[in-house]
Amino acid sequence: MLPARYVVTGRTVETADSVTLRLEPLERPIPRFQPGQFTMLYARGVGEIAVSISGDPSVVDSALTQTVRAVGAVSRALHDAKPGTVVGVRGPYGVGWQPSLAWERDVLVVAGGVGLAPLRPVVLTVLAQRWRYRRLIVVAGARTPREFLYSDELKWWSSRDDLALELTVDHAADGWTGQVGFVTQPLARLPLDPAATTAFVCGPEPMMRFSAETLLRRGVPADRIRISLERNMKCGIGQCGHCQLGPLLVCRDGPVVDYARAAELLSVREL
Amino acid sequence: MDAFGLDGLDELVRALIADGHRVIGPRRRDDAIVLDDVTGVADLPSGWGVEVAPGRYRLHRRGDDALFRHSAGPQSWKRFVHPPRRKLWETTDVGFAAAPDDERRLAFLGVRGCDLAALGVLGRVLGARSRPFIVAVDCTEPGGLCFCASTGTGPSVGPGYDLALTERLDDTGHWFLADAGSEDGERILAAVTRRPATADEVAGALRDVTAAAGRMGRQMPALDLRQLLHDSRQAQHWNDVAERCLTCGNCTMVCPTCFCTTTEDVTDLTGDHAERWEHWASCFEVDFSYLHGGSVRTSAASRYRQWLSHKLGTWHDQFGESGCVGCGRCIAWCPVGIDITAEVAALAAERSGDDVDV
Ligand SMILES: Cc1cc2nc3c(=O)[nH]c(=O)nc-3n(C[C@H](O)[C@H](O)[C@H](O)COP(=O)(O)OP(=O)(O)OC[C@H]3O[C@@H](n4cnc5c(N)ncnc54)[C@H](O)[C@@H]3O)c2cc1C
Ligand code: SF4
Ligand code: SF4
Ligand code: FES
Repeated sequence: MLPARYVVTGRTVETADSVTLRLEPLERPIPRFQPGQFTMLYARGVGEIAVSISGDPSVVDSALTQTVRAVGAVSRALHDAKPGTVVGVRGPYGVGWQPSLAWERDVLVVAGGVGLAPLRPVVLTVLAQRWRYRRLIVVAGARTPREFLYSDELKWWSSRDDLALELTVDHAADGWTGQVGFVTQPLARLPLDPAATTAFVCGPEPMMRFSAETLLRRGVPADRIRISLERNMKCGIGQCGHCQLGPLLVCRDGPVVDYARAAELLSVREL
Repeated sequence: MDAFGLDGLDELVRALIADGHRVIGPRRRDDAIVLDDVTGVADLPSGWGVEVAPGRYRLHRRGDDALFRHSAGPQSWKRFVHPPRRKLWETTDVGFAAAPDDERRLAFLGVRGCDLAALGVLGRVLGARSRPFIVAVDCTEPGGLCFCASTGTGPSVGPGYDLALTERLDDTGHWFLADAGSEDGERILAAVTRRPATADEVAGALRDVTAAAGRMGRQMPALDLRQLLHDSRQAQHWNDVAERCLTCGNCTMVCPTCFCTTTEDVTDLTGDHAERWEHWASCFEVDFSYLHGGSVRTSAASRYRQWLSHKLGTWHDQFGESGCVGCGRCIAWCPVGIDITAEVAALAAERSGDDVDV
C-alpha cells in the first residue's frame, strides 16, 4: 500500500486545464502497465486520486505518462506540479482494455474529452502491432477545438493511411473546418463491419451510453463494446468500498468492462 | 472436551496475558456492554443481561451471575482488527514510511458464533492482517434481535476458534465446557486447571445450544437473497424505507462486517511532513459516491438500497458469501428501528405482488 516516489521530469500543457506529466521513479518503479489501467497518484499532503496511464506501452522504460485535468484540489495540485516535484504512485491497478480481444478485428476507438487519455495506449498498441488488427478507426470529440488532448499526435494520426481519424466538436470556433456535433453522429454513419468490430469507448458516462447504444443499433455485439467506468476511488485495491457499481468493485473488476455487463447497471438511476 | 469453573476462566485470561496477548472481552461501561481490555473474570459483566428491540438496547440485572449472556452490544470486534482510525503512512523528503503495527497479539474473549463468522468475512475482504487468538462462546440464550440460526452462523460457533466455551449455570454451579480448536488453543488450555467433561455434560450443553436455535427473536426469510436484491433494484419499497431512514449510518458503524473506509491527508505547517490516515466511512454519506460534479447516490432510497443490496446481494458477487451474519446490531442501534429482516420480507412481498406494511 506504500506509494513509490516518482519525480516529475516533463510537463506538457495539453489544454487550458490539462497537462501530461512524465514521471520517473526515484527508487523502485511500479510494475509494467496494461492499456486502460490506472494508478493512484498522490500529491504531498493534498491527497490521492485515480489517474489513467496514457503512455506508450510499447516503450520499455520505467517512466510513466499520465494526463491530468484539474477539477479539484488533488488534480489541481498534480496539474500544477513543476518538473522536480516528487509525487507518490501506487499501481498499476484494474482490468484494462485488453486490445488483444480485437486481434483480427476492426478496432473502433471512441473518446470524449479526457477520455482519450486512457485510450491513447490502445491506439499506440495497435499502431505498434499493426498486422494483428484490421481497420483502426479513432473517433474523438471535444467541447471546442482547443480542448483536444495530444493535438500534435492527432495531426500525425490524421496523416496516416492505416488509421481513420474522425474529430468532432460540440462548439466550433474560428478556423475549425471539421465536424460539429456529438461523437454519436460519426458513429451512426461510419462504414462499419459490425460483427467484426471491437469498440473501446471512454468519456463522460452519458457519452459512453449514447455511443454504446448507437453501436448496438448498428449491430456491434454488446460484449464487443468495452467502456471504462468511473466511480469514487479511495484505495484502488478493493478495500475501501467506494467504487461500487452494483456487483462491481470498479477498481478491481474494472475500470474497463463490457457493455453487456455495464448496460443494466448504468440504466438504474443512482445505483 | 474439558470443564473448568470460574477460577479456570481466570487462569485462562492470565495464561493468555502471560503468553503476550492483549486480552479484549466484554465489560460493562455506562449503560452498555462494550469490548475492552480485561485482566480477569472480575472485569466481565457478571449478572448483566441485555434487553433489545428495534431501536432499543437496555441493560438489566439477571437473576444469575452469567458472564456471557448479553446479546451483541454497540461495538464489535471489528474495531480491533480494522480500527475506526489508523495512520497508513507518513512522508517526508526522504520517502514514505508505513505506520508501525502494534506488535502485541490480540486475544478476543467471548466471541459469539455470529461475530466469529463476521471476523472471517472481514478477513476475506481486507486480507489477512494479524490473526487474534479467539476464545469463542456458544450461545444458549439468543436475544430478541438475533437471527444467526437463519444465516447459518450460530448459535453454536463455527470453525476458526482457538478455544470454544459453553457457559453453564446449573445445580452443580457456574462452569464452562471447553473445546480446543487449534494447537495454540490446546497449549493455552493446558495452563488451566480443568477436568474432563462427562458425556452427559457435553450432551446437555449441545441440547441447550441446539434449543437456542429455535428461540431466535428474528429470522431472515429463507430466500435466495442475492436474486431478491437483484430483482428489487427498481422496487417501490426503497422509497418507503427512505421515509423512515435518517441516513445516519449507525447500521454501518455497528455492523461487524461493514468495512468501508475513507482517507484523510494531514500536513504540518511547513508541509514537509505529511500523513495519510484511514477512517471508517459509510455508504450512507452523500460524499461516499462523490464524483467531480456531484454524487452518484444522493437520495436516501438509493443509499439504503446500496447498503442492503451490498450486504445481502452483491457481497456474494464480490466476495463469494453474504455480508450479514445475523447479529441484529443494526436493528438495535437504528434510531428509528428499521429491521433488516422485515425490509427483506417487504421486498420479497413486493416482488411476489403482495404489498405489506412494515
Ligand atoms: C479509473 C479512473 C481513471 C481516471 N483517469 C483520469 C485521468 O487519466 N485523468 C484525469 O484527469 N482524471 C482521471 N480520473 C478522474 C480523477 O480521479 C478525478 O478527476 C479526481 O479524483 C478528482 O479529484 P480532486 O480532488 O481533484 O477533485 P474533487 O472533485 O474535489 O474530488 C474530491 C475527491 O472525490 C473523489 N473523486 C472525485 N471525482 C472522482 C472521479 N471522477 N473518479 C474517482 N474519484 C473521484 C476523489 O477521491 C477526490 O479526491 C479517473 C478516475 C477513475 C476512476
Ligand atoms: S447487517 Fe445487521 S444483522 Fe447483519 S451482520 Fe450487519 S449489523 Fe449484524
Ligand atoms: S453496506 Fe455500505 S458501508 Fe457496509 S460494506 Fe457495503 S458499502 Fe460499505
Ligand atoms: S477504490 Fe477502494 S474498493 Fe475500489
